[in-house]
Amino acid sequence: MVWKTLARHLATRPAAPRHADPTTIGALSQRLKEASTQKLGRSLAIRHVAAGSCNGCELELRATQNMIHDLSRYGLSFTPSPRHADVLLITGVAARNMIDAVRQAREAMPEPAFTVAAGDCAVDGGVFKGSPAITGGADSILPIDLLIPGCPPSPAAIIEALLALVEAQDPPPLIVREI
Amino acid sequence: MNFCSPETWSNFAGEFIALWTDDTTAYALFKGEFLAVELVNGAYPALSPAHPGAGWFERLAQDLNGHQAQGAHHTATAINHFRAPDGTAPWPEFSTPHTDGIHQIAVGPIHAGIIEPGHFRFSVIGEQILKLEARLGYSHKGTLALMRGKSPRLAARFAARVSGDATVAHSLAFAHAAESALHMQVPERAQSLRAVMAELERIANHTSDIGAIAGDAGFAFLDARFAWHRESVCAAAQAAFGHRLMMDMVIPGGIAADITPTGPAAIFRALDALEMELPSLRRVFEDYASLQDRLVGTGHISTNLAEKYAAGGFVGRASGRQTDARQDPGYAPYNAYELAIPVETEGDVAARIRIRLAEILESTRLIRLFLEPLPTTPVAITPPQTTGIGLGVAESFRGPAWHWLKIDSGLITTVFIADPSTLHWPLLEHAALTGIVADFPLINKSINASYSGVDL
Repeated sequence: MVWKTLARHLATRPAAPRHADPTTIGALSQRLKEASTQKLGRSLAIRHVAAGSCNGCELELRATQNMIHDLSRYGLSFTPSPRHADVLLITGVAARNMIDAVRQAREAMPEPAFTVAAGDCAVDGGVFKGSPAITGGADSILPIDLLIPGCPPSPAAIIEALLALVEAQDPPPLIVREI
Repeated sequence: MNFCSPETWSNFAGEFIALWTDDTTAYALFKGEFLAVELVNGAYPALSPAHPGAGWFERLAQDLNGHQAQGAHHTATAINHFRAPDGTAPWPEFSTPHTDGIHQIAVGPIHAGIIEPGHFRFSVIGEQILKLEARLGYSHKGTLALMRGKSPRLAARFAARVSGDATVAHSLAFAHAAESALHMQVPERAQSLRAVMAELERIANHTSDIGAIAGDAGFAFLDARFAWHRESVCAAAQAAFGHRLMMDMVIPGGIAADITPTGPAAIFRALDALEMELPSLRRVFEDYASLQDRLVGTGHISTNLAEKYAAGGFVGRASGRQTDARQDPGYAPYNAYELAIPVETEGDVAARIRIRLAEILESTRLIRLFLEPLPTTPVAITPPQTTGIGLGVAESFRGPAWHWLKIDSGLITTVFIADPSTLHWPLLEHAALTGIVADFPLINKSINASYSGVDL
């Protein structure tokens, strides 16, 4: 089987390689280097919570991890536990059924921490604005440090916005518990 | 639509698809039959005792419209979980089988991965799952209410966000419903391009899910390669239609914009790469005993069970059900072509993967047929401001998505959306019982029911 596989690979043309835009990668890596004395080291661990999305944003968040976009090359990673997270990344509207869970996730995170709203729904409710089943965007649950618009935002836009957090000069805000 | 007596309603023996209510009437969609019965004091006879798939629909009608299904066994809330103004409510009791040594595992609504919210309650003895109860409704957004009072073109934005991974299919089913209600004839070029988008969406989801299952079983390189192909399909969609998921592209009357001049070439490049690598990726599934060990026999859904819930899509086809909405009832442009519909009878995770691998190749074949040559008609017509009732279906990658619309003078008065996931969630609860807790991620991914699609 090995010989057959080898022969086939010799006989067939390899697929054309695809890469993320090299100028973007270069610029982003440069920015990362320049933001050298970060309070969070050279990395951000992200805990994602879908608070009422259509799952479009989740598809693109997952795509940031693929071989093309590869967000771990910038020191960014997703973590299953809020205990290990520097960033709470919220997608989707603030569905009433999820508000408690989102608050609990934030409370379980160590300080300091950032809160990010990704996608038009999390930014301000998106097309679902005004629905009685929701309270609005993510800022109706928690104060938000960064908005990533788009329906859904592309993987490149998500990575770029998260890097902006890494290089932000202000220390991350401590959250007030009673919201 | 046939108005019938409560007796005919209760005793109808067809294949159940969906149930919903409006102000005066309860509707039930069966394969080849559409029944309606008048509400009496806001109640109608329950269908769930005879058709278990109706359970979620009845609970949804109770929560959305306050209409009761008389004789229903399962009356827990579907979406109306938290009633107090501060968002709190007592946490429900999850019943557990009465056996010694049982404990419960609670998972969610926030899950470990990058996925939607939902709560799973496992009753386990050791590692063996004895019972799984899924509590959904967390991402309820009030979609149906927002669509009422809007024109079909405006409401299409909500149809496109019923389930983001099936945005093209839901937009298409919605457009079919609106076009049937308003008697519109969609131009041929729009029909072909809609089908191209629908098949691209199918390929993107199948590749991504197959890779994720392999990744969960420890085969990270398969995950990486399949994710690469999903990415290249999305990049081709961006190049051809201006959006990676092709959201808001299918609208009532046609499509929002024509394909770009370089679009077909970009799509062909992505398909070429996929077709070239797929045989060797498929061989990994077939050749590696350690992978087969995780997949074969896992998450088994018998043909009987699939029939009982009228499972559609790859879940039904992996359990012996020859069903595909592109063929039956069928819609343009598919009805002009012979479709190869793969069917297997094993009903396990491995069978569902085999079906999806076969469907990828069928989709690449269809896209090439649709794109060459493209008809040279316009790509959209304007919906008239008329009145009508319409039912529309489109085969999403999961199975048939059904949309039903009542339009009055160009504005929607009533709407219902049935995602295929509604019939797949109870099957997941059954399939989980064939495995241990560690198998659940594989079983769940192999069915991949939508949360948003049922929460609405």
